[in-house]
Amino acid sequence: MNMAVLAVAMEVDPQVLDPGATAWMLAASALVLLMTPGLAFFYGGLVRMKSVLNIMMMSFGAMGVVGVVWALWGYGMAFGPDSLNGLVGDPFANFGLSGLTGTIGTKAAGLPDMVFIGFQATFAIITVALISGAVAERVRFGPWLLFAALWVTLVYAPIAHWVWGGGIFGADGIIGSKISALDFAGGTVVHMNAGIAGLMLAVVLGKRLGFMKDPNIRPHNLPFVMLGAGLLWFGWFGFNAGSELAADATAALAWTNTLLATSAALLGWLLIERLRDGHATSLGAASGAVAGLVAVTPACGFVDPIGAIAIGVVAGAVCALAVGLKFKIGLDDSLDVVAVHFVGGLWGTLSLGFFALPSAKTEGGLFYGGGMAQFWPQLLTALIITLWSGLMTTLIAFIIHKTMGMRVSEADELNGIDVTEHAETAYELLMVGGSFHPGDPHGKADADAVPAESQSEGGRSRGKVST
Amino acid sequence: MKLVTAIVRPERVDAVSTALEELGVNGLTVSPASGYGRQRGHVEVYRGAEYTSALLPKVRVEVLVNEDVLDGVMDAIMTAARTGSFGDGKIWTFEVRDAVRVRTGERGASAIA
Repeated sequence: MNMAVLAVAMEVDPQVLDPGATAWMLAASALVLLMTPGLAFFYGGLVRMKSVLNIMMMSFGAMGVVGVVWALWGYGMAFGPDSLNGLVGDPFANFGLSGLTGTIGTKAAGLPDMVFIGFQATFAIITVALISGAVAERVRFGPWLLFAALWVTLVYAPIAHWVWGGGIFGADGIIGSKISALDFAGGTVVHMNAGIAGLMLAVVLGKRLGFMKDPNIRPHNLPFVMLGAGLLWFGWFGFNAGSELAADATAALAWTNTLLATSAALLGWLLIERLRDGHATSLGAASGAVAGLVAVTPACGFVDPIGAIAIGVVAGAVCALAVGLKFKIGLDDSLDVVAVHFVGGLWGTLSLGFFALPSAKTEGGLFYGGGMAQFWPQLLTALIITLWSGLMTTLIAFIIHKTMGMRVSEADELNGIDVTEHAETAYELLMVGGSFHPGDPHGKADADAVPAESQSEGGRSRGKVST
Repeated sequence: MKLVTAIVRPERVDAVSTALEELGVNGLTVSPASGYGRQRGHVEVYRGAEYTSALLPKVRVEVLVNEDVLDGVMDAIMTAARTGSFGDGKIWTFEVRDAVRVRTGERGASAIA
């Protein structure tokens, strides 16, 4: 086959593999998966020393549970054929991904279906992991895993189906056929969804002991937070530019906008801090970056670079102002999931009403000649998703909490959830112990075997090892 | 025999140990400490929320000395640790009845020489 024929074939037949797009999407999927360990570090630094392993395990737990659920029925419910009039996909059509191992181009031209499935799995994983920040330091691990499985099934998969899977917001759907909202990479499906879910979960579970009273409830490791923010930003290029599902000019626009909005949001957050609190903080820089990433997520492929910068700087400022609200209403959204992901996601979704470029999908936003025509579909979609996620999350959380109990005991919470839930501690801070010497079961060093000069540095092994 | 305990700023510890070395003091013990005096604590801000931290990081320096060098040791620590601001720390002494050098079994003054 000569090149001209090949090029024509690729244009007309989506089932011919596109090597460039496939290579990029394989890499983009791995980038998005890295966001969840990145989030684990971001959240891990924000909690107290006694809870860092547990909050990181909530992210890693999501990687375990959601990955498996996605393959068994989650993908079918999100992207399978419509059932219940587009409310959800058919979980049994491709149960266990059967029938999809070698197919190409069902969901995106030139891409093996397995790439699309894997890419979307990483989105489901991080959306669940994001929620954990709202209820940090107090949730039992087992019930959290159950919550993750139920939530991705009953909340994430339906919403993904509505917006991306051809469901009720699709072109033929009962809502999508009347209004058409834009969401490039998941401002509604991922961020508003996780944000409102975190809020409702925090309402059901209640606040931590000492919330707003104990001055020790503050971040224990800001370098972890910066590391996590950096990993999130890195992975977000896969999240946003990868959402084009192709290696093309729109993917490149999404990539650059993901850089610019984030840069602007970082500055916006720091500016608010400098004016309000007197200092630009490292936590503010990390939080501002994440707020910008959240806000540009729905917009990145639909706006120009100036639009992205405007969306970013507003996101940084608005989210910086929103983080204080939880103290006013006494809600322990521990790591500000609501202020960053719900508020940032809402702003990003609505921002398309102002900044969207005219295209086949929209007449453009207010500042690009389209009037308010795009704004109202954005708002309506955001409201519907907020309602569904809020109600269903409350229901799931309430049932698990009343039957199994989602919170650790007060004593366990005070002692530290790392030890009580996982039998581990993150750090060895007391420089004592390490008295073990080979050949001496009673801990007394054998003076003949070990020269006096070498006795000063013991190993760091702690306690007894039981088998 | 006296035990001299000094609470000093973390950034002055090296100066203190150097000054004691110059005096011929052969050993000391250093440990992290936290506390407050007239300097009081300090305020930190996380995502706009202020947290007052009552305790500040300090370092405790302990050294066993014989009577004849006691004044010199206290002067040396004071000079090396001083910045002139609140928070420079305190030095105090205890009477010590006996000491043992673990390696040799020497006791009293010769154990700390």
